[in-house]
Amino acid sequence: MKIDVTRINSASPLLDVRALSLRLGDRPALSGIDLRLQEGQIHALIGSNGAGKSTLAYALMGSEGYRPQSGEVLFRGRSIIGLAMHERARLGMTLSWQEPARFEGLPVRDYLLLGNRTADPAACLEQVALEPDAYLARALDKTLSGGERRRIELAGVLAMAPHLAILDEPTAGIDLLSLKDVVGLIRGLAREGGAVLVITHQERVAAMADSASQLCAGRIVCQGAVDQVLASYTGRSCLRCDGETCEHD
Amino acid sequence: MTDLEPLTSALRLIGQDPAQVLGPETAHLVAYGHDLISRADVPGLTMDVASEADGIRVRIQVERGARIPRPVHLCFGLFQRRGIQNIDLELRLEAGSCATFWSHCLFSRVEHARHSMKALVEIEEGAHLTYQEAHYHGASGGIEVTPRARIRLGPRARYRADFSLVQGQVGRLDIDYEVDVGAEAVAELTSKVYGHGNDHIRIREAVRLNGERAHGLIRSRIAADGDSRAEVLGITEGNAAYTRGHVDCLEIVRERARVSALPEVRVTHPLAKVTHEAAIGSVDHRQLETLMSRGVAPEEAVDIIVRGMLR
Repeated sequence: MKIDVTRINSASPLLDVRALSLRLGDRPALSGIDLRLQEGQIHALIGSNGAGKSTLAYALMGSEGYRPQSGEVLFRGRSIIGLAMHERARLGMTLSWQEPARFEGLPVRDYLLLGNRTADPAACLEQVALEPDAYLARALDKTLSGGERRRIELAGVLAMAPHLAILDEPTAGIDLLSLKDVVGLIRGLAREGGAVLVITHQERVAAMADSASQLCAGRIVCQGAVDQVLASYTGRSCLRCDGETCEHD
Repeated sequence: MTDLEPLTSALRLIGQDPAQVLGPETAHLVAYGHDLISRADVPGLTMDVASEADGIRVRIQVERGARIPRPVHLCFGLFQRRGIQNIDLELRLEAGSCATFWSHCLFSRVEHARHSMKALVEIEEGAHLTYQEAHYHGASGGIEVTPRARIRLGPRARYRADFSLVQGQVGRLDIDYEVDVGAEAVAELTSKVYGHGNDHIRIREAVRLNGERAHGLIRSRIAADGDSRAEVLGITEGNAAYTRGHVDCLEIVRERARVSALPEVRVTHPLAKVTHEAAIGSVDHRQLETLMSRGVAPEEAVDIIVRGMLR
């Protein structure tokens, strides 16, 4: 099911992904991905485990081992397909990792300043409901819980104030009470003019997006208004998306 | 030029305030080669120092129940291009006492030198000792450092030792520490070394958990690049009931460097538990990309990761 949504396909998109295909080993991981995002837009990527959501995030960010075999990625009108990850980040895009790395001896304050020397680390921590005095001097190491590390990752994205934030499962490991904080944070990023591509299994997170894409076996099988895409996913119009067999193969 | 001038200059270079280190309220010992330059005791701590042709002998005693409020500074160094420094140290913390020692080993000017330390450390019942040893070497790599220590912890004693050699070229480093831990006592040993060029690093640390409920941790963080070599052997023995030990080695290897880590665990009591973990390799890819996704170039990212690990 392909739903035409004019908002997605309007002119001069911030991110313009055209016919992107990528193989991991012998397996096609992404096939013919088309996706456009405008400034200030929130787009949700949904799909079952192994559908290709994180693979798409890594490919967009330029992760090593996730270089597309064909297709094009334009960011702010410029092809970024040949750029390394840090070069893409310097253009104003970043990725909040599903399982962010930990670093011995690297204070949270220094980490938050990596992408933007003029950022206010304390204010960024407050936005993710972490007390700055308790965290700024702490090392970003194993002593942090999974939830704390995720929040700091989100604070790092805020500090960077990117044009495009790719958030891979931003609510993973974060308690239900804090879900609204993450939702508010994503909305805040978009309000500031940045686009957000959010990978999520949380219907509540997906529901706040302006548009959505459903991935299945590395393909976008449904794209458009969030309620229609969620209906497609939860209605199991594609069985593979529910972990069984897939008519889209 | 005063005798202390090389030291005060060196201390400023490493971010220490000479007035604080050598002030009247701070116990300290300063030795260049085998020459005693300065020393000071404080209430509760006595030092007996003998300067001889073949070495310097130091006996330090912290009296029973004494709490030494400020760190005790031990400043060892050579300020000529060639030289030998042999140190024979006996350190005794009597029952219930508590002290922190900062050992500054300053060898930034040497080209061909040897620094040898033989230490016997006795930490009596309930006493707490923190011993931080930081080496500052120059770029020559022409120094040989051989610290040897035998440490005994009485019941409920605590010992924390941090060894750091991350500035300048290591040269040849050969550490050999043996620690016997009594009942309910805790020993933690951390070593951080950054090898370059043709540096050769050998670290052997053995912790024997001999008393019931004794705890031990051996932690090593090694970065090696160029043609340097490193061998790390962390031995922990669980010899009594409810002893808990852990060996944790993390080593980052770059360029042509070669590194080996052998965490060795031995258990002679069925209720003892000793674990180990070792990771050797290039910089963790996920760590690298996490920093790159914030706009950090790969070379700078590697530096941030390595420096953080050695901090």
